[in-house]
Amino acid sequence: MTEPAAAPESLLASPDQLTQREITQEIVDLHAAFAAREAAGETLPATMLDFAPYRSSVLRHPTKNPKLVDPETIELRSPAYGQRDVAAIESDLTIQHAGEPLGERMTVQGRLLDSWGRPVANQLVEIWQANAAGRYIHQRDQHPAPLDPNFTGAGRIVTNERGEYKFTTIKPGPYPWKNHVNAWRPAHIHFSVFGTGFTQRIVTQMYFPGDPLFALDPIYNTIHRQRDRDNLVATYDHDLTTPEFSTGYRWDIVVDGPDATWFEPEAGEH
Amino acid sequence: MAAVAPAHWGPKTHDATAGQTVGPFFAYGTEFERMNEIAFPHSPGAIVLGGTVFQGDGAPIPDAIIEVWGADVDGSIPRARGSRKRDGHTFTGYGRTFTDDEGHWEFWTRAPGATEPGRPAFFAVIVYARGLPSKLHTRIYLPDDEAALAADPFLASLDDDERASLIATRTPEGLRHDFRLQGEHETVFLAF
Ligand SMILES: [Fe+2]
Repeated sequence: MTEPAAAPESLLASPDQLTQREITQEIVDLHAAFAAREAAGETLPATMLDFAPYRSSVLRHPTKNPKLVDPETIELRSPAYGQRDVAAIESDLTIQHAGEPLGERMTVQGRLLDSWGRPVANQLVEIWQANAAGRYIHQRDQHPAPLDPNFTGAGRIVTNERGEYKFTTIKPGPYPWKNHVNAWRPAHIHFSVFGTGFTQRIVTQMYFPGDPLFALDPIYNTIHRQRDRDNLVATYDHDLTTPEFSTGYRWDIVVDGPDATWFEPEAGEH
Repeated sequence: MAAVAPAHWGPKTHDATAGQTVGPFFAYGTEFERMNEIAFPHSPGAIVLGGTVFQGDGAPIPDAIIEVWGADVDGSIPRARGSRKRDGHTFTGYGRTFTDDEGHWEFWTRAPGATEPGRPAFFAVIVYARGLPSKLHTRIYLPDDEAALAADPFLASLDDDERASLIATRTPEGLRHDFRLQGEHETVFLAF
């Protein structure tokens, strides 16, 4: 597979380079402003697209509110996946090379659910992450932490009949980026998930409990409510920890809706 | 069809997981072989659907993901598996691609038919990018059925500029459509 050509580093570094203190204050002020708007009766999305502390969002967030539309037939369905679309080895990121990767071996498992807590079966879950040193294999990541020849950091699985997924991997390290001076991302795993409808599609990030970088991170804080941010943090579960082998984390993913189904008639329709 | 759940489901009981940016390093995690070949290139009915993604200062966005999901030419919803492992002939309706250094993206696909008689045909689209805190839904309508486009209540609710941002342009190879995330001629994005 071919990588796209590297963008100039200048594209990735924000021009103003504020201090962490200034960025943190912007985050605190914006969260307070959003809370005040919600207290006044406004409904805001969980993730704010216009969030200046995340500097590369400044020129990329839409300025108009999205238009509320009824989903049409195609949007209420999604691509079909089956267990044979991925191989079992693809959900174990520690056995994809000749040797074993360095770092803390861990499992993350959970369920894909809809808004009523019903399992979402046979949907694709994709992950990608940095290695234990906080380095991505992607060529645009050039920070001076070592690559691990035994770790790529990409995995995928199709949820089973109970909506369950399980990955074996290495706990990713935190990593620096160029949003502001001395900017560091909390350790995270990127997740991409399909639901039963295309409207339910989500790409998000899973975090680890107790990370000291949470309050400092503009990306984590694009989610303005504490409760929604907490929902992105996996739970350490000792029952999922395997003796002398791996630590275990649990994280459920909830897709929004479906707010309508075209295959199940509404009350009064037959 | 209304965007409401059947009454007997009751109120939602679980908070939806919030979206986050794809970040800059998505390529090795989300790429798969022939991911933008929804239809086999040059097969009967295959078209090129492509365009450019722009940010607020008019610069192209070289690190965006575009996903397209559409009906087949007869308006049927594809139910075939294999979007991730293409066999070279099955039409699954779904594809993914990344923008290149010039912000350009393209797919081989088929022009969808109307899923219901008289409705304007469109591709369902999601845009993701570094710097975009969460996904953006939009649609790419086909330009051909002017009567259906004119009769659509949603399109009729938009001003001319907004409507134009949702309708593709015919090219000799297929269809062209640009996304402008911010500013003049900003693309209309959707909430459901
Ligand atoms: Fe990341």
